[in-house]
Amino acid sequence: MKKIGLKLFAALTLLLVALTGCAADNQNVLNPQGPVARTQFHLIVWSFVLMAIVVLGVFIIFVVVLVKNGKKNNPNYDPEDDGNVKLEITWTVIPIIIVILLAIPTVKTTYDLEKPPKTAEAKTPMTIVVTSADWKWIFRYPEQNIETVNYVTIPADRPIKFELQAKGAMNSFWVPSLGGQAYTMPNMQMSLWLQADHPGDYIGRGANFTGKGFAHMQFNVIAKSDKDFNKWVQHVKSTAPRLTEEKYNEILKPGTVGRMTFSSTPKDDGADLDMSGMDMGGMHHGKH
Amino acid sequence: MENIKHFLGNFFVTGEPMIYMADVAIVLVSLGIIFVLTYFKKWKWLWKEWLTTVDAKKIGIMYIIAALLMLFRGGVDALLMRTQLALPNLHFLDSQHYNEIFTTHGTIMILFMAMPFIIGLFNIAVPLQIGARDVAFPFLNAVSFWLFFAGAMLFNLSFVIGGSPDAGWTSYTPLAGKELDPGVGENYYLLGLQIAGIGTLATGVNFFTTIIKMRAPGMSLMKMPMFTWSVLVTSVIIMFAFPVLTVALAMLTIDRLFDAHFFTVAAGGQPMQWANLFWIWGHPEVYIVILPAFGVFSEVIATFSRKKLFGYHAMVFSMVAISVLGFITWVHHFFTMGAGPGVNSFFSLSTMLIAIPTGVKVFNWLFTLNKGKIQFTTAMLWALAFIPNFLIGGLTGVMLAVAPADYQYHNSYFLISHFHYVLIGGTVFAAFAGLTYWWPKMFGHILNERLGKWAFWVFMISFNVCFLPMYLVGLLGMTRRMYTYPAGLGWTSLNLIETIGAFGMGLGFIIMVYNIYWSARYGERDTTGDPWDGRTLEWATTSPAPEYNFAHIPTIQQVDDFYYMKKEGRQKEISKAPYKPIHMPNNSGVPIIMAVFFFIGGFGLVFEWIWMGILGGIGVLACMLYRSFETHDHHYIPVDEIERTEREAGRFS
Repeated sequence: MKKIGLKLFAALTLLLVALTGCAADNQNVLNPQGPVARTQFHLIVWSFVLMAIVVLGVFIIFVVVLVKNGKKNNPNYDPEDDGNVKLEITWTVIPIIIVILLAIPTVKTTYDLEKPPKTAEAKTPMTIVVTSADWKWIFRYPEQNIETVNYVTIPADRPIKFELQAKGAMNSFWVPSLGGQAYTMPNMQMSLWLQADHPGDYIGRGANFTGKGFAHMQFNVIAKSDKDFNKWVQHVKSTAPRLTEEKYNEILKPGTVGRMTFSSTPKDDGADLDMSGMDMGGMHHGKH
Repeated sequence: MENIKHFLGNFFVTGEPMIYMADVAIVLVSLGIIFVLTYFKKWKWLWKEWLTTVDAKKIGIMYIIAALLMLFRGGVDALLMRTQLALPNLHFLDSQHYNEIFTTHGTIMILFMAMPFIIGLFNIAVPLQIGARDVAFPFLNAVSFWLFFAGAMLFNLSFVIGGSPDAGWTSYTPLAGKELDPGVGENYYLLGLQIAGIGTLATGVNFFTTIIKMRAPGMSLMKMPMFTWSVLVTSVIIMFAFPVLTVALAMLTIDRLFDAHFFTVAAGGQPMQWANLFWIWGHPEVYIVILPAFGVFSEVIATFSRKKLFGYHAMVFSMVAISVLGFITWVHHFFTMGAGPGVNSFFSLSTMLIAIPTGVKVFNWLFTLNKGKIQFTTAMLWALAFIPNFLIGGLTGVMLAVAPADYQYHNSYFLISHFHYVLIGGTVFAAFAGLTYWWPKMFGHILNERLGKWAFWVFMISFNVCFLPMYLVGLLGMTRRMYTYPAGLGWTSLNLIETIGAFGMGLGFIIMVYNIYWSARYGERDTTGDPWDGRTLEWATTSPAPEYNFAHIPTIQQVDDFYYMKKEGRQKEISKAPYKPIHMPNNSGVPIIMAVFFFIGGFGLVFEWIWMGILGGIGVLACMLYRSFETHDHHYIPVDEIERTEREAGRFS
């Protein structure tokens, strides 16, 4: 069949384009750079293999049936052929098996990703508070008392617990090389575990539409070795300006800004300023 | 004076050359239509034959004309977006304009293109397929159409008056709330969908009743044509799903117009609840547009394989299963919202389960082809292409159902590609297949096969060129709704290929429209009423069918009974004299007038002119009141008129 040939050709060409290194490797789901992304990548490959088997099976049957019965005078023509119990049971059972084969690792991984990823040596996780605002990303390092905008520096090979929240519209925090995304929301804090294997510079992006400046909500995750990370912290502490409350409120105003670094965090503990009237009791159940 | 200038500057969308061009085009086209209608003295004809009709066949045609116009509008939106994204850092559209366009593209394509197209096919085929004279509530059917039309026009008006909605077709709060999105754009979305949605709900009730109550004698449920089955199941989904949309839209409207706090961040509102309600309607909505597509393919594949449909019972049960499962999968649209691993696991599984009945259907279609005498007509080509294309869309859907993997696909172009593969490869291909298949029944002539096949190949190949690369660019981190992107991310070549494919699809559409024009003038006339040697009752009457559909309602003995009627010579009984007068509903101007009042009221609420909203509401109530006391709502077609009609069809003996 002409169209299937064309389709295969198109698919192969595109795969080649992707494989020959035209793609940037610092935001590629298919080139995971950390344990979370790798777990998800394995699941993606497994689901792709199962689906490829189905595609292959159906395409073969499709072509055979068309070639066999597309002739002018089909000797097998039988206008009353309208069912076959054995066949129908077969093609009900096969999808059931495939769904089971896919469902088991899905459920297992869904639960696994709630826990911090494993490291070579048992390292204590580090927490970073992520705030999406219109239209920039603000990162707070509670342990280091540092604040950065539109980039985040993390120690490599150490589980990072990103605590996600939003000012204004809902966004989604996504670093494809390190792992899948989770929403940042104005009235529900969530957490997302990510970890980088090696030092490197990975691109992250807001994945949920937030209006005018949405397309510019790109940020970098810069993973450094423990030593370099500590050096960076010292450097920020000694050179970067303090973040005053006025400055913080100015950053929050709708608009785009460049990268920024501050050697302190404002008093506001990160809970949304608009939330004063709200019962927060049940809202922090997020992902743990 | 300053005030008036300021008002007009906000009222009309200003400052964008493309919009000015659209303004001019709208005025010119309107003047042109008025001129043609006046010059050829067609106003009365238009009013009597079309605008006031309650005949399902004509309402179906109006639905499809409107759907094709909306396909053009949504398609132009798509081409504008693809032009902007062809290369990095283009300035063809600015952010605001792009945001408005992707919002209108999505909303129009789902609600004002896919929905009316399939509902149009309901109207064309279902009464004929079950041997009925019309739907159960013909007046309500006209109301449904005019409400859809009023909603669609109100929504479309937004881009020249007041400004379009710009928060996406999903309209997530808090972004779509008053605080972050002031102005009238979102109001257009809310009111336009509300008005059209009420019409759709009525359609669901109407077709459910029609199919349950008005089938020809002998046609038990399990002897119905598969398309009718799909419409029955879809009607049930509509009746359960659309009230949720109605309520959600009303709540957000109240938030925006009267400062309530259902979905606001402050004052105890819960913005995430919108996503929940939206998708409780939104996921079943996907099945509302795909199940009738399955029905169309079942008819087309059986007809052009010259065979019975394989596994009729399995086909029915799988549709029912899909419709039930469709109501318990909605959370998969926001796995990333952190509902917890238990909830995400449940919705992963429920979503994957849908693959089982869908798989059963695919194999049944394949085995309908087996042992058949396959004819590669244009309608059949669309149906055949559906199988591999929909398969790709469906299977990537299963991949998306894997919650942890979805964290990597969510809101990326991978998702965009997936739902275009199912919606275009499924619903749009079905719309084109159904249009080609039932065209002779609608207009009495056949669409040119040569042009039809050209349109098919150009559109189908371009569709793959446009959407296959999107899977990859999504895995490379490109998210939906970005109005531009930087160079050097590996996205450029893929985006350029996509844009080329998009214009190819546009070319395919142009060939299709040319085919409609060409065939209307020179196309082969269908004098038999049965150009495809069909298997179901719609082919047992003339093309187009007379107002009363059948001179006598046939008695049905089995599935595909018309096929056996022809074999046994029973089909002549449908038109055999003597005749009896036939009871039919009267035309009515009330539905269109009522829709005008809905439009006026909706427009008033969009601009928060409450007095105008109330005025519209009073008009609507007055129309209902008038209708309640209307006694001249039916007539009898006399025997001599039936004789004349049947004689002209060459069937009176």
